[in-house]
Amino acid sequence: MQVTLHQDKCVASGQCVLAAQEVFDQRNEDGVAVLLDDRPPAELHEDVRHAAAVCPALAIALADS
Amino acid sequence: MIVGASVAGLTAAVTLRGKGYDGRLTLIGDEPHTPYNRPPLSKQILAGTWEPDRIKLRTNEELSALDARLLFGRSATGLDTGARRVVLDGGDSVSYDTLVIATGVTPNSLPGAHHLAGVHLLRTLDDALALRADLRREPGVKVAVVGAGFLGSEAAAAARRMRLDVTMIDPRPVPMRRQFGDRIAGLVGRLHKKNGVSMRCGTGVRRFFESRGRVTGLELTDGTLLDADVVVVAIGAAPAVGWLAGSGLELGNGVECDPTCRAAPGVYAAGDVASWHNNHFGCRMRLEHRLNATEQARAVAHNVLGENEPFAPVPYFWTDQYDAHIQAYGIFPADAELAVLHGELEGGHFVVAYGHRGRVVGVLGWNSPCELRKLRQLVVDRAPWAAILPAPRAVWPGRHLSASLR
Repeated sequence: MQVTLHQDKCVASGQCVLAAQEVFDQRNEDGVAVLLDDRPPAELHEDVRHAAAVCPALAIALADS
Repeated sequence: MIVGASVAGLTAAVTLRGKGYDGRLTLIGDEPHTPYNRPPLSKQILAGTWEPDRIKLRTNEELSALDARLLFGRSATGLDTGARRVVLDGGDSVSYDTLVIATGVTPNSLPGAHHLAGVHLLRTLDDALALRADLRREPGVKVAVVGAGFLGSEAAAAARRMRLDVTMIDPRPVPMRRQFGDRIAGLVGRLHKKNGVSMRCGTGVRRFFESRGRVTGLELTDGTLLDADVVVVAIGAAPAVGWLAGSGLELGNGVECDPTCRAAPGVYAAGDVASWHNNHFGCRMRLEHRLNATEQARAVAHNVLGENEPFAPVPYFWTDQYDAHIQAYGIFPADAELAVLHGELEGGHFVVAYGHRGRVVGVLGWNSPCELRKLRQLVVDRAPWAAILPAPRAVWPGRHLSASLR
């Protein structure tokens, strides 16, 4: 799985961190999401799919790698 | 069949397919556009920093991949739950086994105003583009925003960003009072004033003035006369349930559902239109929040496929106004107590907790997204209110509990 984060769309909701904290974090200053792992291991794929599905800004794109 | 093709309707469809449902799927939406994201309408789209292409929820290829019958630009006009048929605007009807109602809300209008050019509602992409064009029609346009809730406040902020002359009018004493309570709403009011909005709170609109079919100004209930070239009416919205009259469904404040979001055998509702009992808070609610549309539609899709789980989320919403990014988890009853958990109210960065009946029921952050996310757990846990009030024992080492505001 290849994860792409579009920070220019991010609204700092933090939903991705709640869904997959191993893969996403938030910048301290403005809460914009940060990608920690763009190729997460298989056991995290379900969480990452959840993160992408609930992102209210559609800022997370997933592709098969 | 899914009626409503905005976030909730589309998410229900996507989730059903994602969970392996491979039967027939119909998605009906009354707007001509493919599904799009609404929050940017009153922010980036209105301010002109984003164009409509950027808010599409799915590409055309992704929509095709759903393998669904997509009826955009069509509206449902009736429902027969006995025969399990939805009647469409052309008079034809479509049968279903399971129905998901996701028709959202319709903005409230002001009597005697909307026939005038220059008077706008703001709900759809077309609304936003029409309003944007009107704001740009000539330099120095004077704008009156009627209603100081989420939408009115964001519209006022967008118009100020365009350096227009803006007056905001609301019968309540401060903006966003219904959403946040007096204390935080007072800060929102100050924010608008600081950014140059003329605030006319505690008053309503008595009548509009026009010239050749176009609005030119208005008179407030306190007698004030205002010039206005553009009027934004943002006075709330009502669940779009007109088409369900006579269907036998319970229609109160929206489509009334059980805790699993089921309204009747084979009928579910999700998003702004759905009223359901949220077991986490022990009360019925209907939310007009972006994230809820996604989460509730996902829950409904799972329940349609037999999971039958109560939907009991901690609601989340946000609003962006000027340099303030305000986010909140939970519910915010008018009689809740407040306590500052991080930062200071006057400092432009803070998190406050809302206490109700001895429990933390909400947390609200002002330019503090990371701290807020960490404090969300208090709402998830329904933490005892007494535990977070100033006390000899430090509740969170390193967090300054600066005030309890009654």
